[in-house]
Amino acid sequence: MRSVRALAAMAALSLLAISTVTFAGEPKQGGILRMYHRDSPGNASIHEGATYSLNVPFMPVFNNLVIYKQDEAQNRMDNIVPELAESWAWVSDNKTLTFKLRQGVKWHDGKPFTSADVKCTFDMLMGKSQQKFRQNPRKTWYDQVNDISTNGDLEVSFNLKRPQPSLLALLASGYTPVYPCHVSPGDMRTHPIGTGPFKFVEFKANESIKLTRNTDYWRKGRPYLDGIEFTIIPNRSTAILAFVAGKFDMAFPTEVSIPLLKDVKSQAPNAVCVVEPNNVATNIIVNSSAPPFDNIDIRRAMALSLDRKAFISIMFEGQGDVGGTMEPAPAGLWAMPKEMLESIPGYGPDVNANREEARKLMQKAGYGPDKHLAVKVSTRNIPVYRDPAVILIDQLKSIYIDGELDVVETANWFPKIARKDYMLGLNLTGNAVDDPDQSFYENYSCGSERNYTNYCNKEIEKLFDVQSQETDVGKRKKLVWDIDKKLQEDVARPIIFHARTGSCWQSYVKGVTVMSNSSYNGYRYEDVWMDK
Amino acid sequence: MFAYLVRRLFLMLVTLFGISVVIFFLLRIVPGNIVDILFAAAGYVDPADKANLEKELGIDQPLIVQYWHWISGFLRGDFGYSYVSEKPALQEILPRIPITARLAGLALLFSASIGIPLGVISAVKQGTRLDYALRVVSLSGLSLPSFWLGLLILTASVAMFGQIPIFNPNPQTWLEAFATYAVPAAAVGFRSAALTMRITRSSMLEVLRQDYIRTARAKGASDAAVNYHHALKNAILPVITVIGIEAAFLIGGLIVTETVFNIPGVARFLVEAIRWRDYPIVQNLVMLIAVVVVSANFIVDMLYAVFDPRIRYTD
Repeated sequence: MRSVRALAAMAALSLLAISTVTFAGEPKQGGILRMYHRDSPGNASIHEGATYSLNVPFMPVFNNLVIYKQDEAQNRMDNIVPELAESWAWVSDNKTLTFKLRQGVKWHDGKPFTSADVKCTFDMLMGKSQQKFRQNPRKTWYDQVNDISTNGDLEVSFNLKRPQPSLLALLASGYTPVYPCHVSPGDMRTHPIGTGPFKFVEFKANESIKLTRNTDYWRKGRPYLDGIEFTIIPNRSTAILAFVAGKFDMAFPTEVSIPLLKDVKSQAPNAVCVVEPNNVATNIIVNSSAPPFDNIDIRRAMALSLDRKAFISIMFEGQGDVGGTMEPAPAGLWAMPKEMLESIPGYGPDVNANREEARKLMQKAGYGPDKHLAVKVSTRNIPVYRDPAVILIDQLKSIYIDGELDVVETANWFPKIARKDYMLGLNLTGNAVDDPDQSFYENYSCGSERNYTNYCNKEIEKLFDVQSQETDVGKRKKLVWDIDKKLQEDVARPIIFHARTGSCWQSYVKGVTVMSNSSYNGYRYEDVWMDK
Repeated sequence: MFAYLVRRLFLMLVTLFGISVVIFFLLRIVPGNIVDILFAAAGYVDPADKANLEKELGIDQPLIVQYWHWISGFLRGDFGYSYVSEKPALQEILPRIPITARLAGLALLFSASIGIPLGVISAVKQGTRLDYALRVVSLSGLSLPSFWLGLLILTASVAMFGQIPIFNPNPQTWLEAFATYAVPAAAVGFRSAALTMRITRSSMLEVLRQDYIRTARAKGASDAAVNYHHALKNAILPVITVIGIEAAFLIGGLIVTETVFNIPGVARFLVEAIRWRDYPIVQNLVMLIAVVVVSANFIVDMLYAVFDPRIRYTD
């Protein structure tokens, strides 16, 4: 009898435990999510900016046609889901992408969303409309789009010049919201109107950004939160201390460095912190149009001198990845296999042998222990740029190159690079979408505005187009690997490392997913809720 | 007295004109403008878009035309629009002024209320342990950067109380409201208090050696009457000067304090505006600060005349 009672008690306890778990896992409505923001974005228009400082606070205001699933860390073609579109289909030999749109969606000002809004947005992005963006940094994404056509209020088609399967990936980025036709680009910079889960309330420059729940959101039951408040705290020490003290529910995503992460974990042990790659590559831009780096031997020697693991060890306590242009696996989808990567000069594991080879190349170019090459290493005056530049200078010493650090204020960085007023530069390249089309065309294509080094190889350019049109993912991957390998061998823009960063939130914040192959796409926040 | 007043007023206007020219042209000498920064942030440049934007913002016009537009607007009270937020500059600047004014006022109050009494005590107790202790405190105040002190306060608050006294726009209790300003004011005012204390001490020591102090003592005046009625009254002039100068210099300390304590005041706003080369904000804000500083100096000059009749008569 006693054992029966004991069993019954155990069963009751188990049931209680299960019901508690179920209850705790059930999303709750309400609460304002408080987050600090690392800086004050220049404006509120995602289409006119190129920093995730804009995406984090304003992505919740909008919807795309399609979006990467917000609860999966890796952005992939097979986890793109409909948003303002209900479905899509490729037709006409993969040259037309047609979307059926969701019915009954309203803009935050009450006006109905229709296919005209989609056409307006993309016409403006392609520079084909009367209204213009003040800045249009991703115009090249739509180079292969001939025009946008509508069929009634609920159907829209992208008509392409040639097949481009990756267009869907570009449309799923946080950088691709649909804007309303009836609001001017100027107004969108100061008071954005969207269809998203949160409505814009106010943006006080250098102070705060406030969003409130869209009670008329088309996805019933979402969002869970009543609002989101961003307090702008540019001083990182103050921000982290405030998070530790419980003033904020979330730290700014991917902004907690690895050393800071240790502090957070020791001072706020209940906080949830994750470390993920963010598809930002630290690389070297080389001015190959002027001496001494017009000499391919010196460029190759420089690439051979790199001890990539040392960078990762010093800066991130080992939490980083070595790779080519595309983000390394497993987070990255298009990375070369390890053995292929290690076959590229400078990527082999024996750093001393690489440097020995580099010294021979330097001697061939007329430099040696008695005649060092003096170069200026230019970089932006921001720690994430400055710190690796210092390590680079140290490593270059091993191959008779004496580097001098040239720190440049942000305002002068791009004009300096554009007028080729540099020898070597240390640069960071963030990729909004883990897709070769975004990365190759933007950074390596002849004439691209973001191809800072003016690297131009017509043979590779042809391969860009071949891989871009390939619908078979396996075949496309092999093409991409070959291209990436060739880019590294050409020392087009030597990639040093791919960083990983930390994101932290309090344990009662649920439903947060940090994306592992882009830091631009995961901030819709409609599934986030607070268990308190 | 009237001639003195008119001359000081004239000098004030000439100074303000000079400042306006210096601000305007210095800003243009700094490399890069808002358009460069916007395109740098976007990581590309389209020459046509750039030219359009420069035209839209009026920074393609000759400098002298730009200066005239600005200064005539300033005199009319039309401060233009912020290049960054695209809101009226005055609308951006005005709400921030009371925040910084409160902070600066509290810091100055802290400086005077701590610095003057401790300076007097230090002078009166010259050579004693108390004097040495107070001199160490004042030296610390002058040596500790307010940035470092601010971070130390924040770290200690979090470690000891689990609270962080950064800016709270909606304080729930009077204590929270007070802490919002009092803690950063103490951090920034500590240096001023130390300086005030040192100046008060040295000025008092000089006065305490004067014949009329000896006479007062000989006549049997109490220590308090000698120290506070005779000595301090005569020693206070250099202290007023220093507090006046400190009021102007405080803006420098406030920039870091507002950053560390995340206070949305004008000082931090000014730095951000400089970073973005937001000319309408920087020019108008610096001009407003110049008006305040020049007026403060003017008031100090007038106070001299009030406190020291010789100034009135000789001028």
